Amino acid sequence: MKNRALFSYALAYLAFLYVPVLVLPVFSFNNSEFIAFPLSGFTTRWYGALAGDTAMQHALGNSLKVGLVTALLSTLLGLTAAKAVTHYRLRGAGAALGFISLPLFIPDIVLGISLLLLLGASGLPLSLAAVVLGHMLVCVPFALTVLIARFEGFDRNLEEASADLGEDGWMTFWRVTLPLMLPGIVASLLLTFITSFDEFLVAYFLSGTEATLPIYIWGQLRFPERLPMVLALGAIILTASVGLVVLAEYIRNLGVKKPMVGA
Amino acid sequence: MADRGRNFREGYALLAPTLAVMGLALAAPLLLMAITSLKSQSGISFSEGWTLSHYGEVLGRASYRSLFLRSVLISGAVTLVTVALAYPMAYFVAFHARRKFIWLVALTIPFWTSYLLRVFAWKIILGFNGVINSGLMRLHLIDQPLEFLLYNPFAVVVTLAHAWAAFAILPIYVSLEKIDRSLLEAASDLGDSRFRRFLRVTLPLSMPGVIGAAILIFVPTTGDFVTPQLVGGTKGTMIANIIEVQFNAVGNWPLGAALSLVSMAMVGVIASLFVAAARAATRAAR
Amino acid sequence: MSFLSISQVSKSFGGPPVVDRVDLEVQRGEFFSLLGPSGCGKTTLLRMIAGFEPPESGAIAIDGEAMNHVPPHLRPTNMVFQSYAIFPHLNVFDNIAYGLRKLKLPKQTLRARVEAMLATVRLEGLGTRAADQLSGGQRQRVALARALVREPKILLLDEPLGALDKRLRETMQLELRALQRQVGITFVLVTHDQEEALSLSDRVAVMEGGRILQVASPRDLYERPSSRAVADFIGEINFFHATVREIGGETATVNAGLLGIVTLPRANLAAGIKTGDHILLAIRPEHVRFASDGVAGDIAAATFLGERSHIHVSIAGRSDPISISASGAPATGPVHLAFPPEKLMGLPAGD
Repeated sequence: MKNRALFSYALAYLAFLYVPVLVLPVFSFNNSEFIAFPLSGFTTRWYGALAGDTAMQHALGNSLKVGLVTALLSTLLGLTAAKAVTHYRLRGAGAALGFISLPLFIPDIVLGISLLLLLGASGLPLSLAAVVLGHMLVCVPFALTVLIARFEGFDRNLEEASADLGEDGWMTFWRVTLPLMLPGIVASLLLTFITSFDEFLVAYFLSGTEATLPIYIWGQLRFPERLPMVLALGAIILTASVGLVVLAEYIRNLGVKKPMVGA
Repeated sequence: MADRGRNFREGYALLAPTLAVMGLALAAPLLLMAITSLKSQSGISFSEGWTLSHYGEVLGRASYRSLFLRSVLISGAVTLVTVALAYPMAYFVAFHARRKFIWLVALTIPFWTSYLLRVFAWKIILGFNGVINSGLMRLHLIDQPLEFLLYNPFAVVVTLAHAWAAFAILPIYVSLEKIDRSLLEAASDLGDSRFRRFLRVTLPLSMPGVIGAAILIFVPTTGDFVTPQLVGGTKGTMIANIIEVQFNAVGNWPLGAALSLVSMAMVGVIASLFVAAARAATRAAR
Repeated sequence: MSFLSISQVSKSFGGPPVVDRVDLEVQRGEFFSLLGPSGCGKTTLLRMIAGFEPPESGAIAIDGEAMNHVPPHLRPTNMVFQSYAIFPHLNVFDNIAYGLRKLKLPKQTLRARVEAMLATVRLEGLGTRAADQLSGGQRQRVALARALVREPKILLLDEPLGALDKRLRETMQLELRALQRQVGITFVLVTHDQEEALSLSDRVAVMEGGRILQVASPRDLYERPSSRAVADFIGEINFFHATVREIGGETATVNAGLLGIVTLPRANLAAGIKTGDHILLAIRPEHVRFASDGVAGDIAAATFLGERSHIHVSIAGRSDPISISASGAPATGPVHLAFPPEKLMGLPAGD
């Protein structure tokens, strides 16, 4: 009835989401330089070509480095801010949170350019470090959202119970707070890593001579003969990202059943 | 409960590093951008003196004005299409899906691919020799490739609607999920049909999610130059393309800064008006 | 010297005091309750004993030691939280053993103690159960066991039975009482349920607005309340305005309006009442008698409750009906009521 129509819609919508994405793997195995039907047979030579592409591998390394550092720093900053806002009744907490979330509502191009200006004015060079800073701007709001949600579902009585049972501040953190926060921390790390890894606009303005992977891909899009290789790269990234996301969700739901136990 | 009353300083100390970094990386640069937009430019470097001429150019040139308009219209269309398409999907998962977790993961997986490649995928799909055209021709449904698919605002809207779908689904889903089911039962008990109940209870209560999604999509899409550049052609250029050009090819940073700030201000005003209007409409509908 | 001594303790959260110059003495081995409506300050007081809130003024001492600067993890108290606060990432055994870890006991000893405690709270065999697979009653017992296994000097309980359904609550009340007798530890319980406080405790402190109204045994609270607030809070009661005419050696005579001139035992008057004072005469519903003559009235409503009936009788000249609890009483019609003077209490009318 109503359910059937809605269900069909859901499936159609899902198809709309997946079809463009499936173009990547399908044509990455296609034995032709032209991305069009009919398909010309199966090949893995594009994947093979990736192995020899040192520029791509260098860019990949850069993206991993930037992603890792961004993830760690954003999660750390998100963690302290989330704890501050949920555990203490601070005046102006709302304004502070709004300010920290501002990058979500400013076009990335503006973020990238304004940082570019800052670097120019302070004489600092464009570099991967600058990209990290830019990515942190974008990622901290995400980390904050995940971690605040996690802190709010956390029964504060648990820390008091631990103190009541004889553990001082540090041991309470180690035995109760940290284990219960860990899934949220891991989720935040993964989310910020993936966001940074995929981020193009800000990196485009700030990276200088060192390219991140999206910048490398952007450069390749001009050359039709390199297209299948780019698709192969995309297919690999897709698979790896899917794996990471599933892992993140699995970890995030460990040890926490909804609603929060203890009540 | 324990630390609420005391140890304010600890709390502020915890908050300080994050605020400091965000302040440094956000406030200072934006300020700088404002300053830059007021500088005079001669050739490719700054010259002495301050000027409002860049703002004059931004607001005065008809081509810029029409570009602003087009960008707003395209982003508006994207927002509308994305939210409208996402709402039934989110509704399905919130009310009718049994394994919600799996649906949500399935819905977010496409977005964990490179954004560039997703845009490029649409270029491939919509192109002259692309997937749709070659497929349709192979099936002998058309003789000539369809030309209206690519290099125009239509392509931009389709591509962006696809790219930002997750940002619509998740906020709408969350606000639908939060609706107390007993409210719906009460509405039925008081005589509403399913459709009326949807209009009078579900839709208004999900408005915060819808408004949030709309803002989350509208604002960033105005600043995207990747999609217009890859699939927009000349007819689908947006303001961000011009800004990008000022900073790279042309080197007129003050003009670029002025363009950025004007577009940000414009977008901010439109977004605020939208939120105010949506809130007023929701209140009036009761 | 008493075991737990609270002197002139006050606390406010930026407004009027939540706990207002409270003095309290709890004896060793007592089952003591703090009773009062929501917002009366009883939970705050409990948390100050536990060390989670510092008093603004006043001192708390346990077994002779001052506690004012002692943090919660070093105090000889343990608390059962209202929400139980069971650690979700540990199973039952590890939850109970949590506070013993830092003692670095040999493995056998630790195990034996936890197992013994599991038996005491009747959860044997559930040591490996996960925290989220426990029923409400089981969670409550784990919280108890976890606190008791550390053998604290005082066990603090914050409305521990509030989340349980009625039958379970009554069972748990009996178990709690038996448990306290068995382990001999001083219990301080906070509750808003007066039946609970009366049935469990050796002594009860009734609180209101941050102040202690009266501290007494359950019987004394019921039969000799010191003020209108206490009398009203504990069980049902009927009030009559009266003026004291004369106070003699053994008796006192009061002018009680509708009841006429009444002479009651002097012991039934609250302390501090003098001749000429405006007072409230109070009598419990179960002490009002139906008689052949006396104050005339009409039965307004009667509720049959099995063994007894609850009857409201309206009297001319009085807006509130009289509450009566009797068995085998008439259900309608005109009646006469008698108020045995030895059951009348005299309370100050001030508050």
